[in-house]
Amino acid sequence: MTPGPPLPRWVYAPALLGAAFILAPLGAMITRVDWNDFLALITSDSSIAALLLSLRTSTVATILCLLAGIPLALVLSRGRGRAMNLGRSMVLLPLVLPPVVAGIALLYTFGRRGLLGASFEAFGIQIAFSTTAVVLAQTFVAMPFLVISLEGALRTVGTRYENVAATLGAGPTTVLRRVTLPSVAPALASGAVLAFARALGEFGATITFAGSLQGVTRTLPLEIYLQRETDPDAAVALSLLLVVVAVAVIGLARRHPGTL
Amino acid sequence: MSLSAHIIVPERGVEVDLELADQQTLALIGPNGSGKSTVLQVIAGLLRPDAGRVTLDGRTLFDAQESEYLPAHRRGVAMLAQEALLFPRMSALENVAFAERARGVRRATARDRAMGWLRDLEAADLATSRPHQLSGGQAQRVAVARALAAEPALLLLDEPMAALDAPVAAAIRQTLKHVLAERSAILVTHDILDAALLADCIAVMDRGRIVEIGPTEQILHRPRTLFAAQLCGLNLIDGLALRQDAITTAEGHTVVGVAQAPLTPGNPTVATFAPATVSVHRRAPEGSVRNVVSGRIEAIAPQAHLVRIHVGPLAADVTPGALRALQLDVGDPVFVAFKAAEVALYPT
Repeated sequence: MTPGPPLPRWVYAPALLGAAFILAPLGAMITRVDWNDFLALITSDSSIAALLLSLRTSTVATILCLLAGIPLALVLSRGRGRAMNLGRSMVLLPLVLPPVVAGIALLYTFGRRGLLGASFEAFGIQIAFSTTAVVLAQTFVAMPFLVISLEGALRTVGTRYENVAATLGAGPTTVLRRVTLPSVAPALASGAVLAFARALGEFGATITFAGSLQGVTRTLPLEIYLQRETDPDAAVALSLLLVVVAVAVIGLARRHPGTL
Repeated sequence: MSLSAHIIVPERGVEVDLELADQQTLALIGPNGSGKSTVLQVIAGLLRPDAGRVTLDGRTLFDAQESEYLPAHRRGVAMLAQEALLFPRMSALENVAFAERARGVRRATARDRAMGWLRDLEAADLATSRPHQLSGGQAQRVAVARALAAEPALLLLDEPMAALDAPVAAAIRQTLKHVLAERSAILVTHDILDAALLADCIAVMDRGRIVEIGPTEQILHRPRTLFAAQLCGLNLIDGLALRQDAITTAEGHTVVGVAQAPLTPGNPTVATFAPATVSVHRRAPEGSVRNVVSGRIEAIAPQAHLVRIHVGPLAADVTPGALRALQLDVGDPVFVAFKAAEVALYPT
């Protein structure tokens, strides 16, 4: 039985169109996959290098998102007042900002002549156009996914259990470790998965801020973009690989209801 | 004094002075929104007011003037709420062991002692259960064990039976009676029964103020305010003592009764009597009845197996049969009568 009164029948036509619009391009791509050479295409040296680099950088970016994003979400979930509302909007910024703009912003922060980059340079550390730059670009764009997912969960759970824990004599760190974080574990997991997926797909900020050096900064999306010119079959094969990863990510995140 | 609290929370209209002797249980009773829970939150350290002072066993928990504020986890004040609020990802045993674990007690030791608390509360068989597997009553029993395991200097109970079915609430009430016997506790409730069975003294709150405070027997039998009397299910008429067996009200009526203490004519004195001793008549009754008041019926409502008729500030409990026989309805003019022997008079 479906809840509620029936929907108007005409709604189903555009709904179907919308669904088709999402699925058709994926189907079209799959029809173009060269299955005979599929394995060879996705295991070429440059593909493997790009895949490994993507997995490595996305993993580190996800860890950075957790390290900074969990405290950020905690502070935002508790905060009140105008400054906090502003903070909440700011966290959303990377989500709506064109990635290429994010790349430029990062370049003027960590680049050779950037705000902080100049200081790093003095210590002989160059960030732009390195693997570190890839990780920073991915962290920048992926962090909002974790923060939003976690902050929402923290607000839903509320502070009632934390209050009980405090009156039982648990200090703030114990409360955080034993009560707060376990209570939002599902949101934390799905937030991390989403952040990982966003990091894995990062393109615009990466190419602007990190460039495209094979094995150093050329992640899978960059590899696909380059291969498209020279070897379309390889591009399609690698694209399919990313689609599979994306579907797996959705599956993982969906296991924890309330976040997607 | 175990607890001494002066609590002012202007934004909630609360201003309260409380003292609690060692090992005593105080019932804080009043309607919803009267500020009872606010008082508990301030004492527990969950709400920081701008003014006031709270000390417990000589320790200052909070003093606005000295800018002293002890965070909740250093107060030794455990709180039990309407909902059990067991930590959902821990077993019942782990919940009870929580306080000791937080204090740094070794896992095995904490678990042993937690088991002891569960046994004390006849909940040992629930040890391995997860909170979602427990019924409301079972969960509340575990929550009591968890609060006691923290060995608090003061136990705060915020309507701990309100969310439970009557028979379950009765069982938990029995458990609490045993638990509270030798502990300092404040019990917030809107149920006079909880106060009557569990408390050594009662403070009646209304709109952020304590309107009456005293030993349980005194409040239950000799309330001094209309508000407290209504909570205790008694009629109350206030006036000035006229003689040793009568008072006169502001409207000039005379109420005759039995003085419970020597009365001084002219001094504020109240008369209380139970609604069950009041009868309702169409015509002015004659005979041994000494007190008759006329008025109109303002409301009729069920009251246990009887019917409560409200005439002005007075309540009369009659049988449904009597109501039917007299053909009474809201708005009807009636006479209410109550015998002098049933009316207690005492100075306020």
